Amino acid sequence: MTTTESFADEAGTSPTIPIVQMENVGKSYGNVHALRGVSLSVRQGEITCVLGDNGAGKSTLIKIVAGLHEHTDGTMSVNGEERHFSSPREAMDSGIATVYQDLALAPLMSVWRNFFLGNEITKGPLGPFGALDSAAMKRIANAELTKMGISIPNLEQPVGMLSGGQRQCIAIARAIHFGAKVLILDEPTAALGVNQSGVVLKYIVKARDAGLGVVFITHNPHHAYLVGNHFVVLKLGRVALDTHRADITLAQLTTEMAGGSELEALSHELAGIDAGVVVDPSKAGPPVAAEPISESR
Amino acid sequence: MASTLTAPSSVDDRVSKRSLGARLLSRPEVGSLVGAIVILVFFLITAPTFRDLGVSGTIIYNSALIGVMAVPVALLMIGGEFDLSAGVAVTTSGLTAALFAYQFSTNVWVGVLVSLLVMLAVGAFNGWLLMRTGLPSFLVTLGTFFILQGLNLGVTRMLSGGVSSSPISDMDGFDSAKKVFASDFNLGPINVKILVLWWILFVVAASWVLLKTKIGNWIFAVGGDAAAARAVGVPVKRVKIGLFMTVGFFAWFSGMHLLFNQNSVQSGEGVGKEFIYIIAAVVGGCLLTGGYGSVVGSAIGALIFGMTQLGVVYAGWNADWFKAFLGVMLLLATIVNLVVKKRADLR
Repeated sequence: MTTTESFADEAGTSPTIPIVQMENVGKSYGNVHALRGVSLSVRQGEITCVLGDNGAGKSTLIKIVAGLHEHTDGTMSVNGEERHFSSPREAMDSGIATVYQDLALAPLMSVWRNFFLGNEITKGPLGPFGALDSAAMKRIANAELTKMGISIPNLEQPVGMLSGGQRQCIAIARAIHFGAKVLILDEPTAALGVNQSGVVLKYIVKARDAGLGVVFITHNPHHAYLVGNHFVVLKLGRVALDTHRADITLAQLTTEMAGGSELEALSHELAGIDAGVVVDPSKAGPPVAAEPISESR
Repeated sequence: MASTLTAPSSVDDRVSKRSLGARLLSRPEVGSLVGAIVILVFFLITAPTFRDLGVSGTIIYNSALIGVMAVPVALLMIGGEFDLSAGVAVTTSGLTAALFAYQFSTNVWVGVLVSLLVMLAVGAFNGWLLMRTGLPSFLVTLGTFFILQGLNLGVTRMLSGGVSSSPISDMDGFDSAKKVFASDFNLGPINVKILVLWWILFVVAASWVLLKTKIGNWIFAVGGDAAAARAVGVPVKRVKIGLFMTVGFFAWFSGMHLLFNQNSVQSGEGVGKEFIYIIAAVVGGCLLTGGYGSVVGSAIGALIFGMTQLGVVYAGWNADWFKAFLGVMLLLATIVNLVVKKRADLR
């Protein structure tokens, strides 16, 4: 971000200016470099997919943006202003909301209490000691969830009793309601079945259409390609691929994600070790059971 | 999940409306309420003295002695921690006020204030050390438990030369302080101790904070899932340290009652009481792992304790049996809570 203009053109009004811009960001824990030279930009109305294997640095990357970790190298700017977040609260106040894999929902608390956790509405003159306006909170939670197409009949139900997809959607609806400009989703479909993943992917698109910049972290290239505008593949803490949707096919993305050349080498190696055991489907004969037993002996 | 995929406005018909009964049964304090009624009926039948109305004042006072401390212990347990130093902290509070006022010949109220500051500091220390080290609260407060126990005995012997603080009943301010902390009055045949009124006030106030304020919401959240709470911006450390300081405040109050009721404090008192407070909270429906429970439940738990303690005596049994009875009660209550909760959730 080199723009020196003031808030006259807030990131929101111009889709070309990234809301979050990271340049050469790195994070070291002692002598371990978890992340090195990562550049990433998040634009409004775009879904940026961050892909990578376990340990590629995806989690470290989002934790920096979400304010759970501070980066040690490079710069991160939000709305054109250079920032170092020291707490999740700071990131949230800058309009960055994160939906974690574990969803950040307290399982024994009711749906509406979870929805407003940390942002409770109070009434009366007592400030933080004022009474919770539970009627208003229930009404708003219900309206917001219905808007997202989620129907939860009993808002007093503890969220622990809901399905994984429903919980994911509550967390997303909550982030959108509280004025997030950037929504970070940490593997939202990882623990879900096919149908529920579909529901969650639909909400991701809805969030984008609502004008948010979405960062979608996943290791499923199929899910990423369904909704993504921009793809960043991380490998061992570095960016291995950074491309726009127009420049890549699903097959390429899958190959890149699966390790590309490494996978080729691996299949070659596996084939070389014990070729006799691996049956080439084209040469395989009829099913074993069909053969007379005497012949095989 | 087909129904959530259909049109947004369609109503999910998989969940039928829960009956009022089922909703009542899913309250955390229901198990303890059933237990309290069973015990009340049991002693009304077996112990003739129990039926005397005048006795109810004594029973409720006995319950209040436990109940006042069970309030913050329940809050702390809902917040996911527990405090083993709560029992001896009450003694520390009484001793601090008595020894300070006596040694420096101040007005008794100065000792009372100094004691309040000391108890808040003890609570803050517990909370701070816990948050700082990340150790389980069991270990941290076990340490404080022994430290306070040793200090109670050591400092008292050093200053007064005995095992109890010197009497302060002839000092300035004693009478007014006694009015606030340890007076009583008669209501018909019942002798009402002011501690009971304080207890009711504390239960109502703490319940209100827990269920109707932001802070209460945060207490449930830090106990239910501290990481989740932090991620949405709840100040987890401040909430937990605040809870330990609340225990400190109530320990101060209980210590003041102890001091002004008896005019001096025995330095060895309070050991083992921490478990009684925890029992009251657990019997009242608090989950030992945090995130669930009720203050009203802790009051019912304390009532069960009070009724049992005196019921055993009034029934003419040897008081030695009381502790065994209490243990059985604890197990029964936890099992009833578990069963009731499961059945209510299924409905």
